[in-house]
Amino acid sequence: MKLLTHNMLTSHVKGVTQGYPLLIKATEVKVNEVEFNPEFVVKMIPKLEWSALVQAAEELGQKQDLPEQLVADYGKDEAFLKKVHRILLEVEVMEGSLKCPESGREFPITRGIPNMLLNEDEV
Amino acid sequence: MKLKELESCLQQVDVFEEPKILFEQYPTSPHIAACMLYTIQSTFDDIKGKVVADLGCGCGVLSIGAAILGAGFCVGFDIDDDALEIFRSNAEEFEISNVDLVQSDLCSLQPEAYAHKFDTVIMNPPFGTKHNQGMDMKFLRTALTMAQTSVYSLHKTSTREHIQKKANDWGVKMEVIAELRYDLPASYKFHKKKSVDIEVDFIRFSHT
Repeated sequence: MKLLTHNMLTSHVKGVTQGYPLLIKATEVKVNEVEFNPEFVVKMIPKLEWSALVQAAEELGQKQDLPEQLVADYGKDEAFLKKVHRILLEVEVMEGSLKCPESGREFPITRGIPNMLLNEDEV
Repeated sequence: MKLKELESCLQQVDVFEEPKILFEQYPTSPHIAACMLYTIQSTFDDIKGKVVADLGCGCGVLSIGAAILGAGFCVGFDIDDDALEIFRSNAEEFEISNVDLVQSDLCSLQPEAYAHKFDTVIMNPPFGTKHNQGMDMKFLRTALTMAQTSVYSLHKTSTREHIQKKANDWGVKMEVIAELRYDLPASYKFHKKKSVDIEVDFIRFSHT
């Protein structure tokens, strides 16, 4: 699971109103090289929940110098875009779990794939 | 990339060893997948640089094709971990690094989950026959909330009128791009003939 995907995931356990962002507990994290596409990163940034991204990066010990607040005028700041690219697409959680902030329900991540399936009584 | 090249690439994608009838797992043939994706990109410019979701992705032929055509990022959703495992090894084989997978049941999602998180949704949903009646429409409903721009999907031609009515109800524009013959090999025991041709519409839904 990449952090771009994590940024979109919400817990939908029955009764939960604030299932976002999911807390990450990782036991294995990989950093894979992915081709840098600055236009794509620029396009994605306004769609992100920035604080959830920073929190996720921190939970994985991958925050480095990612700023808490989104910098203004990032469009031409290649160094910044590369940092965002890395955290969105290159850092990957291979094993661990995602925890719903409200219900505490844990969703396992196995071989890089989060399992968001709910039991019948949770729907 | 030319259509023919894309199709021959997609012939390398591994498919289900033991398809599961419960999930109506029919692989999308490389020919159909290539035709769909090529049209989506060349006619509508809806793949290159876009965030794409592939619903009921199975072994991933549509996602992999989308990645080959330059999708910015592609997420495959499926309920079945065996299918996702094959997808994962396909992605590795193709050295595709900008795809991600999520195991989830699209039918039990809350309507607002992933709302507008994607530019484009591509899918070959279960046709909603046998045990899964209405499944195709549930997929479509979910897809329409996820996509900012458009949804590309395959549906049985015999259900076109019904789908058009739903599209009208939901206020989305529906355009049949092509009528295809879906050559369905006899993958399950209840298919008596060797293979059956099903008439299928390749449809684009867009938010107006």
